[in-house]
Amino acid sequence: MATTSHMFMYSLTIQPPTAITQAILGQFAGTKEQQIVTASGSKLTIHRPDPTQGKLTPLYSQDVFGIIRSLAAFRLAGSNKDYIIIGSDSGRITIIEYVPSQNRFNRIHLETFGKSGVRRVIPGQYLAVDPKGRACLIASVEKNKLVYVLNRNSQAELTISSPLEAHKPQTLVFSVVALDAGYENPVFAALEVDYSESDQDPTGRAYKEVEKLLVYYELDLGLNHVVRRWADPVDRTASMLFQVPGGADGPSGVLVCSEDNITYRHSNQDAFRVPIPRRLGAVENPDRKRSVIAGVMHKMRGAFFFLLQTEDGDLFKLTIDMVEDDKGQLTGEVRRLKIKYFDTVPVASNLLILKSGFLYVASEGGNHHFYQFEKLGDDDEETEFSSEDFSADPTVPYEPIFFHPRGAENLNLVETINSLSPLIDSKVANLSDEDAPQIFTISGTGARSTFRTLKHGLEVSEIVESELPSVPSAVWTTKLTRNDEFDAYIVLSFGNGTLVLSIGETVEEVQDTGFLSSAPTLAVQQLGEDSLIQIHPRGIRHILPDRRVNEWPAPQHRSIVAAATNERQVAVALSSGEIVYFEMDADGSLAEYDERRQMTGTVTCLSLGEVPEGRVRSSFLAVGCDDSTVRILSLDPDTTLENKSVQALTAAPSALNIMSMADSSSGGTTLYLHIGLHSGVYLRTVLDEVTGELSDTRTRFLGSKAVKLFQVSVKGQTAVLALSSRPWLGYSDTQTKGFMLTPLDYVGLEWGWNFSSEQCVEGMVGIQGQNLRIFSIEKLDNNMLQQSIPLAYTPRHFLKHPDQPLFYVIESDNNVLSPATRARLLEDSNARNGDTTVLPPEDFGYPRATGHWASCIQVVDPLDAKAVIATVELEENEAAVSIAAVPFTSQDDETFLVIGTAKDMTVNPPSSAGGYIHIYRFQEDGKELEFIHKTKVEEPPLALLAFQGRLVAGIGSLLRVYDLGMKQLLRKCQAIVVPKTIVGLQTQGSRIVVSDVRESITYVVYKYQENVLIPFVDDSIPRWTTSTAMVDYETTAGGDKFGNLWLLRCPKKISEEADEEGSGAHLIHDRGYLQGTPNRLELMIHVYTQDIPTSLHKTQLVAGGRDILVWTGFQGTIGMLVPFVSREDVDFFQSLEMQLASQCPPLAGRDHLIYRSYYAPVKGVIDGDLCEMYFLLSNDTKMMIAAELDRSVREIERKISDMRTRVAY
Amino acid sequence: MADKLRTLQNLEAMQARYIGTGHADTTKHEFLSNIARDTYASYVGHPPLLGYMAVGMGEPREKVRAMMIERMVRGVGAPPETQE
Repeated sequence: MATTSHMFMYSLTIQPPTAITQAILGQFAGTKEQQIVTASGSKLTIHRPDPTQGKLTPLYSQDVFGIIRSLAAFRLAGSNKDYIIIGSDSGRITIIEYVPSQNRFNRIHLETFGKSGVRRVIPGQYLAVDPKGRACLIASVEKNKLVYVLNRNSQAELTISSPLEAHKPQTLVFSVVALDAGYENPVFAALEVDYSESDQDPTGRAYKEVEKLLVYYELDLGLNHVVRRWADPVDRTASMLFQVPGGADGPSGVLVCSEDNITYRHSNQDAFRVPIPRRLGAVENPDRKRSVIAGVMHKMRGAFFFLLQTEDGDLFKLTIDMVEDDKGQLTGEVRRLKIKYFDTVPVASNLLILKSGFLYVASEGGNHHFYQFEKLGDDDEETEFSSEDFSADPTVPYEPIFFHPRGAENLNLVETINSLSPLIDSKVANLSDEDAPQIFTISGTGARSTFRTLKHGLEVSEIVESELPSVPSAVWTTKLTRNDEFDAYIVLSFGNGTLVLSIGETVEEVQDTGFLSSAPTLAVQQLGEDSLIQIHPRGIRHILPDRRVNEWPAPQHRSIVAAATNERQVAVALSSGEIVYFEMDADGSLAEYDERRQMTGTVTCLSLGEVPEGRVRSSFLAVGCDDSTVRILSLDPDTTLENKSVQALTAAPSALNIMSMADSSSGGTTLYLHIGLHSGVYLRTVLDEVTGELSDTRTRFLGSKAVKLFQVSVKGQTAVLALSSRPWLGYSDTQTKGFMLTPLDYVGLEWGWNFSSEQCVEGMVGIQGQNLRIFSIEKLDNNMLQQSIPLAYTPRHFLKHPDQPLFYVIESDNNVLSPATRARLLEDSNARNGDTTVLPPEDFGYPRATGHWASCIQVVDPLDAKAVIATVELEENEAAVSIAAVPFTSQDDETFLVIGTAKDMTVNPPSSAGGYIHIYRFQEDGKELEFIHKTKVEEPPLALLAFQGRLVAGIGSLLRVYDLGMKQLLRKCQAIVVPKTIVGLQTQGSRIVVSDVRESITYVVYKYQENVLIPFVDDSIPRWTTSTAMVDYETTAGGDKFGNLWLLRCPKKISEEADEEGSGAHLIHDRGYLQGTPNRLELMIHVYTQDIPTSLHKTQLVAGGRDILVWTGFQGTIGMLVPFVSREDVDFFQSLEMQLASQCPPLAGRDHLIYRSYYAPVKGVIDGDLCEMYFLLSNDTKMMIAAELDRSVREIERKISDMRTRVAY
Repeated sequence: MADKLRTLQNLEAMQARYIGTGHADTTKHEFLSNIARDTYASYVGHPPLLGYMAVGMGEPREKVRAMMIERMVRGVGAPPETQE
């Protein structure tokens, strides 16, 4: 195995990307109901909108291990099920369907047409499907277009033809749509530019005269041939097309959206043009032109309209009027276009209108929105603009038209779906002193930016919190008869008594229940048909429905210490270590089993499973003793109370629970024994239903207190509530059916029980101190809780105060007016016409102007105030680019906040009028910032870092050390260390790791005595570094703009030589190698993740977990890299990967290994996302793979889930 | 000789099919234009990269996408004068 690295990491996604590349709508389940399919990164997810509640729930999500570039839904004529076509980077066209019965995607066709990868001439970028589902066109950015004919065979199966070519060399495509041609030949429209002449003309005139053409490609179904039927020039700035309904519904044709106007075009119709209305307002530039960036066409019975969105987020409703003949019948000829302002929603990558009257907005940045239509803007007072007032000729100028933006009138926001995209930076810290650290992120764009706190946990909704007269020790709920739907009593046990509350409209105390109120209670159970039992230390009370009581007293000098019950059986443990067992007999009374079983130690806990359906008893009793063992006793009639098996534990058990739960390994349900220990450890073992053997034990540390376990019901499944220093819930994952253990975002509870009433069907009741709490859990599919704080502008970087729980976020927005300019414009306008309306920027965005920057520093308190507590706006068109907190030795180690800014920056191509470094002093424990001074530098300082009591800044390719002076920063030393631009700095000791914008990383050593910076090792290949983190003194992990993660290590010898005592003369005089430093870094691991890593941390995520590498991606991914400890594990996972890649090849047809090796061969990384696909396989496939690997299915699942749960969620 | 001719024809066919495949007479301008166009096509084709640039430029993705394709028209500028 020459190619294997000696280091291996397990790469796993904790939170999949949330940015939506494309969303489509269709009846994918084959029912009337519409579903939404979204592509985010490599994930394909199907969502079910719930029109009654206005909610959107994910049904199923699958990683396709490829780049999904386009999606389209289509339906064959006469069918009622939509299929999905995926255009990806696999060089293949993929047609899949959603199978609702299995809740899986199923691939129907996979046809190869070209090379894999995202290339200029390989189709996959554009996808258009004939509205009648007869053909689809898949196109590339340049030249290639392939048309596939879709049909069905005699078995009503979908067939796909071989591709028909419609290539045109040296032609760029901007947009492709299918025309609605009714049942005539399918026609596709494309916006094209032919650059062949411009490429031949040295004078540049041909370039200026380049035309943009609207081209119709007609598929002749009879001849099976594609012809270029019609081509006509359109506006040069056109970039988007929309299909206009045809046939009986409308005139057919397309809408051509270009800068500032929209034109209707069709081969047999006149053109109609209408401008895009511009915003009117005090701070708006009346000359700024808008273009359409997203839109949707919606067909209703007999009518249709378009909602088109501009870059400001404004939605415009566009309708087409048709000519009527004398009888009032539509002639199919277009009369005019009409446009008017509709509402404003976040800038979308996709808009979808559901038949049930909802609008789904897949936002480009920040949360996705789900709106309900209140009305369609039919009879409001908005001005409607008509194409009759404007010439259709694109060269004819016209007077711009305006509208006043206003609050939403037509749309009502019903749900927001959390999205971290674009995730720009993150920090992992434990501010709230919980067991596990939190992840802090900055994300979003413009005024919709947020600072978010992410915490592992399930959301809990509290229903009741009420204080009790004294501190209870336990609580139960019980029904009165077996057939009752809801609980009738809440029974509370106190140190010296028992209280019974009845559940009804109100919860109140009841007296005459038959319960013994003068003693504490150990257990309460509804027994048999209609009786109740109460177990207290002195005996068992059997309460019959007519309130008669049968009492079984505990033997003399002994009391009951533990009890377990189900609806037919009772077992109690006496203080002497004896176990007494009762069973309900035919007449409904409890009969004691004539022998008692003497245990070796004191019994601490007992558990009886529920009576299985159709049986008379549960056949096992679990007994936990203080000698740190759990014994399983048989309850079968011939072997009653005989030992079945024993499990030794690390501490005395504090709680036991036998429960039947969904099981991913067998596909059905399995009996589990849950064990809680005094040490706070929780174990789950499989209890064999026949032999009573215990196997497959999984352990998890829950907290510092003894664990208590309770069976509850959540979302229709049996779950285990485990209470330690904080509450946890054990449940089956909604998709994989794998067991999940997640903390609840709730107070620590001492006791819990299931609770079911008319108002709250699936709830829980718990005790916390002196309070009784009733709560429920609504969602099991999301175990990351988010808390967000709005920010002003697009965040760029942030850092934590060295001591205080405060964060400092630098934010800047390009092409946005600064607050000072805005205020001045408002003042002017006020003086002129008194117009001072300011729209809330979080909905409407900021007023824009090219070349302007708005930028600020915000202080965020995520803990107490949960808000931004201070804002410092930057002036003079400066934009903050970097941030650091530096303790200056020269200032008695006082820490200052250092901000790097750029003046008059343009992003593309990069340039600026220099930069500044601002110094701020922390005031009031960091709650306020005091400006000290700023120092001009020649280029924007894109990276700042505290280094040995001084500041080190990356200014262009210069690395410079500064000290703090009275008036400005003082230069101490500098060196050119990288070829292009420094974008990141890390340090340990006297070593600085410098990342270059495109030349990977360079290690620099600072020689204190000589005051020199010497680069001594760099990388052999270019990497467009985005973020880095030092893993140890020699090793740096990093990510690049193309979506790779890598780990580079400096050879030991070179590392030692660099740190040798003395002047470093040998380093300075060492001869450089190939125009770089004398030495090269070694690549340790490399993997392609698709998402662009924006931050990396070496940290722990769970209490007691190992150090892992956590990374966040631009599209909202949170992932991790876990180092492997043993070689055996690596071998196992490598063969598992191999099996999985061959047994369940990626859905979109991309080869898994090639995908992960997109830019460079994957090295030293096991793909955990692929390994976790194992959970989603059918049982047969699971067994087949298990047989190949010579292991059991359970063993494999355990290994996979251990990799995740040991270090993360 | 026939072999050579066939190889040449094959090569031409390949070059027409796979744009950017070079030959002995590829000019610097052609080479650079190809790289520039490939690059822009790659920006447009990789959704994270397009989003990254859009956030950097403060523009919506769709506008950046259209802008990138627009730049492909020109590649790296007008071709140099050819001496006949």
